[in-house]
Amino acid sequence: MRVVEKTQLMSATEIERTLQRVAHEIVEKSGGTANLALIGIRRRGVPLAQRIARAMHGIERVEVPVGTLDITLYRDDLSKIASHPVLHSSDIPFAMDDKDVLLVDDVLYTGRTARAAMNGLFDLGRPSRVRMAVLIDRGHRELPIEASFIGRSVQTSSREIVEVRLKETDKEERVMLVERVE
Amino acid sequence: MAERLRDLLGIEELTAQQIAFLLDEAKPFQEFQRHPLKKLATLRGKTVALAFFEASTRTRISFATAASRLGADTMNLQAESSSLKKGESLLDTVRTLDAMKPDCIVMRHGSSGAADFVARHLDIPVINAGDGTHEHPTQALLDALTIRDRRGTMEKLNVTIIGDILHSRVARSNLHLLGKFGCCFTLCGPPMWLPREFECLGKQVRRSSRIEEALEGADVAIVLRVQQERLHEPALPLDEYILLYQLTPERLKLARPDALVLHPGPMIRGLEIDPAVADGPQSCVLEQVTNGLAVRMALLFVMITTGSEADEAKGSAHAAH
Repeated sequence: MRVVEKTQLMSATEIERTLQRVAHEIVEKSGGTANLALIGIRRRGVPLAQRIARAMHGIERVEVPVGTLDITLYRDDLSKIASHPVLHSSDIPFAMDDKDVLLVDDVLYTGRTARAAMNGLFDLGRPSRVRMAVLIDRGHRELPIEASFIGRSVQTSSREIVEVRLKETDKEERVMLVERVE
Repeated sequence: MAERLRDLLGIEELTAQQIAFLLDEAKPFQEFQRHPLKKLATLRGKTVALAFFEASTRTRISFATAASRLGADTMNLQAESSSLKKGESLLDTVRTLDAMKPDCIVMRHGSSGAADFVARHLDIPVINAGDGTHEHPTQALLDALTIRDRRGTMEKLNVTIIGDILHSRVARSNLHLLGKFGCCFTLCGPPMWLPREFECLGKQVRRSSRIEEALEGADVAIVLRVQQERLHEPALPLDEYILLYQLTPERLKLARPDALVLHPGPMIRGLEIDPAVADGPQSCVLEQVTNGLAVRMALLFVMITTGSEADEAKGSAHAAH
């Protein structure tokens, strides 16, 4: 499978500005941050969650705990992968019971990753609420899942892929729309 | 990306990369043992056949628990089962199990090479849980994980193995695994239990029948049980064995101060190991058991989820968001 770059959806500055705006929205719409916890979905949800937490600290002087979640064990498509799935550790340094959880991921697409993430969360306890924050919502939901906080909504076709590149995980910082070419 | 595993028959044929991959995959499962709800749905609907033709409690319970915590079901064949007593052949027994469509078979057998033999006749993955005196790969993996966690590395260590090495599949698997990471070995025990076979594999192996000499400078001491059930007559009377080869606190002091003591279990306190050593700070025996569960969960996960559906569809590596 070859990919061809089509357009840049967000530049580094736009990503940073968007995360700041999302952090403000979260503070505004959470009714208090005392029980709030961010959980970044591996891989790219993790640096995004950390940045949002830092931004929230800048706005409200609150320390919101950040956890990381690897959803590989909860995926519904494991038998379709040809090579051995690589597991990473999850690290959730707080109790799940009664937590106001905000899942963070780079792209919301079919919603299957969010479903898997919720299965993982509920194995650890009973959160009081689970919401989701994503940088890009690209539509094409296959499950009844929604994000409460969206950086940008983008119309895409199923042949396209939204690639979020972040300085913590990739060598650059931008969001690209790429296309699969046979 | 480590080369794909289809069966796990022995450590000898694995690459260092595959071994490191399996140990890394075990890490999240170590963490998992501390969850309040120890149940995943990852292998829901899958079946693991446990074909134990040789008696085993710990390994069998470990594999059964690993399968169950991953959400899989198990089929349990045990040594005392009547079909074997009635004279059914190994292949017929295994084919009978296979006809019930398990997704994987975990096998322990008293004959070396039995797992390989079965793997040649079945399409499903075969995991060797111990075959004769040949190999016990999951034991070596959990030992390596324990060493790596405690010491930070499993490379270039001085490893002393004490006991009946000639008849020990645990010793052989450990020699293969740690040998691939540059470790040096001292095999210690009565001379008739110290084989020369490893010297021709180019590994750094020396033999010693004096435990004091064998423990000098050791980073790891692996203590083996005297396997009375495997021998008609042990090489020494047991009280001589205790006098010459028991790992006591005084003898352990000859090793490095941070040396680890491993034992595949079950331990016979007062025979091959002094109770003070077994319960002391350098002993890793309980961690070995916990790590065994993590390693076996990782193995079942890796070998059952990478399925034939994937081979047909040549699925993409991208997970749908």
